[in-house]
Amino acid sequence: MLKIKDLQASIEDKEILRGINLEIKPGEVHAIMGPNGSGKSTLASVLAGREEYAVTGGGVDYDGKDLLEMSPEERAAEGIFLAFQYPVEIPGVTTINFLKTAVNEIRKYRGEEPLDAARFLKLVKEKAKLVNINDSLLKRALNEGFSGGEKKRNEIFQMAVLEPKLAILDETDSGLDIDALRIVSEGVNKLRSPERATIVVTHYQRLLDYIVPDFVHVLYKGRIVKSGPKELAQELERKGYDWIKAEVEEAV
Amino acid sequence: MNETIDLKRVLLEEFDRQERALNGAAGSAFFANRKNALADFDRLGFPTAKHEEWKYSNVRNLIAVPYHFNAPHQVTPADIEALAIPNLEGNILYFVNGRYEAALSVIVSPSDQLFIRTLDEALKQEPELVGAYFNKLAKNAEEAFTALNTSFAEHGVFIHVPDGRVVEKPVILRFITDARGGEVGAQPRNVIAVGKNAQVKIAEAFRSIGEAASFTNIVTEIHVGENAHVEYYKVQNESDQAYHIGTTQVRMLEASHFYSATATINGGFIRNNLNIEIDGEHCDAYMYGVYCPDGRQHIDNHTLADHRKPNSVSNELYKGVLRDKSVGVFNGKVFVRQDAQKTNAYQSCKNVVLSPDARMNTKPQLEIFADDVKCSHGTTTGQLDEEALFYMRSRGIPRAEAMGLLMFAFCEDVVSQIRIEPIREYLEGLIAEKLGSVIS
Repeated sequence: MLKIKDLQASIEDKEILRGINLEIKPGEVHAIMGPNGSGKSTLASVLAGREEYAVTGGGVDYDGKDLLEMSPEERAAEGIFLAFQYPVEIPGVTTINFLKTAVNEIRKYRGEEPLDAARFLKLVKEKAKLVNINDSLLKRALNEGFSGGEKKRNEIFQMAVLEPKLAILDETDSGLDIDALRIVSEGVNKLRSPERATIVVTHYQRLLDYIVPDFVHVLYKGRIVKSGPKELAQELERKGYDWIKAEVEEAV
Repeated sequence: MNETIDLKRVLLEEFDRQERALNGAAGSAFFANRKNALADFDRLGFPTAKHEEWKYSNVRNLIAVPYHFNAPHQVTPADIEALAIPNLEGNILYFVNGRYEAALSVIVSPSDQLFIRTLDEALKQEPELVGAYFNKLAKNAEEAFTALNTSFAEHGVFIHVPDGRVVEKPVILRFITDARGGEVGAQPRNVIAVGKNAQVKIAEAFRSIGEAASFTNIVTEIHVGENAHVEYYKVQNESDQAYHIGTTQVRMLEASHFYSATATINGGFIRNNLNIEIDGEHCDAYMYGVYCPDGRQHIDNHTLADHRKPNSVSNELYKGVLRDKSVGVFNGKVFVRQDAQKTNAYQSCKNVVLSPDARMNTKPQLEIFADDVKCSHGTTTGQLDEEALFYMRSRGIPRAEAMGLLMFAFCEDVVSQIRIEPIREYLEGLIAEKLGSVIS
């Protein structure tokens, strides 16, 4: 589904990704871990099409298409979803209107008829239940005045409505207490399916107790320096990142 | 048009012609008002860019057109149907090229709630009542366009809401300029007197049809009686060839409530003056405004909250989205006179400028002579939030649509304050269409 090959990217001439290689198949959950500043969020941003980043080398193949050639909205319409680390507050646009616009723009891209109000509301009701999000929240301006937990839950709710093929969760656990973390994780788990792949970007192993990955990759200085099964996350939790850093420095 | 038009001379001559035609009626008190105002206009002349109040709004092009005032028109009932605001019910009065069109208009409120006549008709029926309110607030001696309007005061509407009456249905004044047959001018003069404990909602809505230039020079005087509640909306959707100078002069008495919104969707060159004298204690004055010029449209809003008595509140929010080579002007004056202790005055003007060729000139102007007051003001001019745009695009909304949605939301902050629902919906539709927002 996704083949990242020697991906290099920089921001304001500062090199952040220095050759990422990663292959993800449908149904898999990959965790990307690493110390602060290792490039985790940059990888998520580049995949979603954030324009501040310049791709300086390598490529990304998504279902046989050149991902890097696509605009952010095309990527979304092709089934990529980024759950933001810091969801944006948009005064004056309700979550429900925002999502209706998004759903129908994506349908338009795919050559499908727009959903009418009744069918859209039915979809929203069904998905709201899935992530346990309150109706009144959806009628409020998008993320405006939402608590940290509400914002993250709203991200997962949007993901549920848009039903992506590839979901990228960028530090979805940051700022969440254990209850909020559990609710958000349950939402993500309910959305796991054999067709859907997920990339979970996180600094802490805590989230991976709930969203259990198939693979764990450790990012350091813009490269994946270690990959392993889910147990690798527990090892990192126990030992921290220093031993990985030492291993890398030794190899150099 | 190669020859230079001297609009001032044309108007002075036109006044002379009208005066001669009046014969005996030229001796009335009403006409004396007009004649005095003409002298003011003659003395002041049209303002130039050297005039501080007209620094950013040059009327040079406006006065270079040979307008035909009160010109005949070809507006048909089918045209009116096309111009109608959907679902709007109430007292709807049509003025075409300045003249009242009784056949197109409908008055539904009972006469004990609402006395509403054209100004000339009211003058015939209730000269004393009109005399008590007409030209009492207009600043002819200082403002050339107001003086000009007063000199030709005849068309427009006189509204009186007696003490204690609540007018349930809104009063909608539709001003249509039909410029299909050439350049036209109109100078409506509205006088609105709302009695003690009375209540009314009024809207002035402007439209133009046709490709030729049009000029509207309107003055509305609003007397808000003790403990009265007045809502006043101005809706402008005119052509790029339309010039509009509008002055709304308000006086509020004790414990009254004045709530206004000015929405400018389209127009070539627009100057709105909204001046509120808060001449009583415990008053609330609200001023909302929204404008979204594109092309070479020029939209200027001058407002004044003049606090003359203690313990009142004024609250102002104007928002604009500027594109292409458009120009916006906001000048917000707040005067707090020495007597006006415990005044709360808030002012805010926020703008999004989306093109390097568009320009927004903002000038808050606070003059405070009392020492125990709370006043705040702020103006911002910026771009759309790139992070918000990326967020929307990452959900599949194309950039242009995302921009439309954000611009619409920005304006909606003001539009949502409009409390006549069909007008609010009408404006939301116009704004969404103009800004390319796909939201339903």
